[in-house]
Amino acid sequence: MPAHLSARLCSLALSLFLIAFALPAFAGPFEDAVAKFANDDFSDTEEAIGVVAGSGNPLAFPIISALQDGRLMADPDSKKVYVTGADGKSIDAATGAAVASVPDNASAVRLNNRLRRSVDAALGGLTLQSPDVGTRLQAAQSVFKSHEETALEAVDAALAKETNRSVKTALGEARAAILLFKTDATEVEKLEAVATLKARGDQDALALLTGMGDQPASVTKAAASAIGSIQSSLAVWSMVQNAWYGLSLGSVLLLAAIGLAITFGVMGVINMAHGEMVMIGAYTTFVVQEVIRTRYPGLFDYSLLIAVPLAFLVAGAIGVLIERSIIRFLYGRPLETLLATWGLSLVLQQAVRTMFGPTNREVGNPSWMSGAFELGQITITYNRLWILVFTLAVFMILLAMLRYTALGLEMRAVTQNRRMAASMGIATSRVDALTFGLGSGIAGIAGVALSQIDNVSPNLGQSYIIDSFMVVVFGGVGNLWGTLVGAFTLGIANKFLEPVAGAVLGKIAILVLIILFIQKRPRGLFALKGRAVEA
Amino acid sequence: MTPHMLTRSLDRSATIFLAVVAACGILIPLSNLLLPAGSFLQVPTYLVALWGKYVCYAILALSIDLIWGYCGILSLGHGAFFALGGYAMGMYLMRQIGTRGVYGNPVLPDFMVFLNWEKLPWYWYGFDMFWFAALMVLVVPGLLAFCFGWLAFRSRVTGVYLSIITQAMTYALLLAFFRNDFGFGGNNGLTDFKDILGFNVQAEGTRAALFALSCLALIVGFLICRAIVSSKLGKVLIAVRDAESRTRFLGYRVESYKLFVFTVSACMAGVAGALYVPQVGIINPSEFAPGNSIEAVIWVAVGGRGTLVGAALGAVVVNYAKTFFTSGVLAPYWLFMLGALFILVTLLLPKGIVGTFNAWWDSSKEKRTAATSVSAAAEDGVTEPKMAE
Repeated sequence: MPAHLSARLCSLALSLFLIAFALPAFAGPFEDAVAKFANDDFSDTEEAIGVVAGSGNPLAFPIISALQDGRLMADPDSKKVYVTGADGKSIDAATGAAVASVPDNASAVRLNNRLRRSVDAALGGLTLQSPDVGTRLQAAQSVFKSHEETALEAVDAALAKETNRSVKTALGEARAAILLFKTDATEVEKLEAVATLKARGDQDALALLTGMGDQPASVTKAAASAIGSIQSSLAVWSMVQNAWYGLSLGSVLLLAAIGLAITFGVMGVINMAHGEMVMIGAYTTFVVQEVIRTRYPGLFDYSLLIAVPLAFLVAGAIGVLIERSIIRFLYGRPLETLLATWGLSLVLQQAVRTMFGPTNREVGNPSWMSGAFELGQITITYNRLWILVFTLAVFMILLAMLRYTALGLEMRAVTQNRRMAASMGIATSRVDALTFGLGSGIAGIAGVALSQIDNVSPNLGQSYIIDSFMVVVFGGVGNLWGTLVGAFTLGIANKFLEPVAGAVLGKIAILVLIILFIQKRPRGLFALKGRAVEA
Repeated sequence: MTPHMLTRSLDRSATIFLAVVAACGILIPLSNLLLPAGSFLQVPTYLVALWGKYVCYAILALSIDLIWGYCGILSLGHGAFFALGGYAMGMYLMRQIGTRGVYGNPVLPDFMVFLNWEKLPWYWYGFDMFWFAALMVLVVPGLLAFCFGWLAFRSRVTGVYLSIITQAMTYALLLAFFRNDFGFGGNNGLTDFKDILGFNVQAEGTRAALFALSCLALIVGFLICRAIVSSKLGKVLIAVRDAESRTRFLGYRVESYKLFVFTVSACMAGVAGALYVPQVGIINPSEFAPGNSIEAVIWVAVGGRGTLVGAALGAVVVNYAKTFFTSGVLAPYWLFMLGALFILVTLLLPKGIVGTFNAWWDSSKEKRTAATSVSAAAEDGVTEPKMAE
């Protein structure tokens, strides 16, 4: 190695010597800086990055981005530096003139991690004045993160020209971040910077304020109060975040449990194959999307709208079939029903496994369900939001159906007193079949929604069945409002326990709490009262 | 209990059952050990272990039948008691490994060394002594069942609600035992056992002895169940099963009866798990899976609920079928068969194999006695329990 190194140093010295004489004196600071890239020395490269980025030369951006991508070639002998484009054409970095080919002995200018950071910062500064708003915003944010002093001039220049409000804010914050770490910034500037960061009020601002090092006393004091206020606002936002996650989980639980609540509430039937109805709904979505992908790709955004009624019909029809062929022979024997439907769930799972294979199936998000938006300090994804809206819509429609339709009236009558309803001329066995079909159909709809956030596999249903039972048992039988309250309570409680106890322990704690809760209220939160209890 | 009382409480099927189990418990180990390998009558060692597993399942089924068939408590979490008994035995077996583990730590099992644990957690103390582990095999499942039952029965959680919260119990334990920091080996569970009471777990002699012990445990368990259900206590249990409120109004403390039988049943399941672990050589959290517990319930349903003999028979028949079908080309169809078994047995054979056979035997006997005009004297001491919910 040392021999190699010394040989290299010799050649370097020689070439420097040559340059000093050979290169003409017209070279300005930009050209000088560009030539430094050829020295293959990290500190020279860093210096060059700083000068090039601050030069305002139109070539600065192509040079720095080429450096980032490893496309900046340097010839150590002639001290010429070339930018090779993605299209294979090259230009002389110092002059911008096109060159026919890069010499064979030129090699890409090397970077280390420290240099990569300055390259990022420099690029951030260079893109600050890009015509695209999104690029500018991104650049401002990357400057905020790196807060390199070198970028200050570029930020100031951009700030003077900026008209877009959010970019302007971002630039202001980037400037504040730089000033906070700038050793020769005035106290007033620093105090302003602290105030700006306090207004930003997020985790990044907190990190900057806590890691700012030695500062004048007044700045330290202001920072301490800013840290306090940011922390308390972050605590509030994290509560909001947990509540949102809880609502989202609750909506999933509600969706999965709502059909179960109907069959269990009206018929007293424990349907262990309920989760498999959810799975069937999810696979219906998969099939619909497959057909759309191969035949009518333009309709992809409507795939879920098509899948919802189809899943309802498929799962509902299977539900009616199950009721007619198995469950009606087991009325009055709830424990046997439980076992038979468990067997059914095994059969359905294995059938789907045979038809579609045991692996996960790909179900895509339509464009209106992908992505997310920011609300204050939290991020809300569109698919979770739509599922919440969808769940509430399903719940409302179901409630209205039970309240205002003839079938709903008959269902309620059978729930309250089966024999009396039969005496009044209600065909209870028909109501049973339709109820079971309705419960299964809603499970199918749930499957459409869950296919958007969960893996579509034959085991999809199993992961929801115990949770759904917990919701129904907790909420109380025969009362949809109980299911609603139960689902959201469990969802929110789960998400608030998770950060404290961890995901698994939180879940265990919820299960234990439900077991204890059942001791206090054996029939759930909203229990039917009176004679219906012993029925 | 005097021998006289014992014989009186045994009916025909029970006598046959005990004779068969005793014969298997003696003859299979003898044939395995004494006859030369490859001989026609020699039972290979792998079969001894396999049948030993079935016998443990039979004990578990027996414990479920005791509460479901005679007291109407459908536990969907009995696999939890089985697994807890298994873990207690597994902990003893882990401590016996000593310095022969991969890391050679004399006290800590391998997985704790792997997790950088400094010392043994307190709940592992004492498991290096066999008597303590054997005690824990009974105490841990029994205590859990007692606490759980005390809470559940006292507040009158019955029927499907009870079934669902027992399922939640085993599910919670499943999640807990999957955690590494819970101190029971996490995902992998406990395995790589070497010795039990100084004998090599893998040795033929040990396997044969474990098989014989399992048969003995099955016989003892059967006799205990038989004694419970044919006593006056058993009659009250059947009354609770058929009309809980009425029994309560007659002045019986229903929850105490239920609690007693639930705890006994959990202890039996624990023993089954403890015998199971050294024979299969591993215990891991998947034993807590709710599916396992429900599968155990179907063994009882297939064999005949409320017959005891049927429960044991059902466990062996279903598991034999499982081994047979899952090892061949029919493997993808096993779940179809198991599922269909659940449906068909509940729809078409609600009394199970033994119950249906007994009903058929009794009715044909009635016909015979009616034909010979002999007055139908009640010869059998035990009437078949009614199957109503």
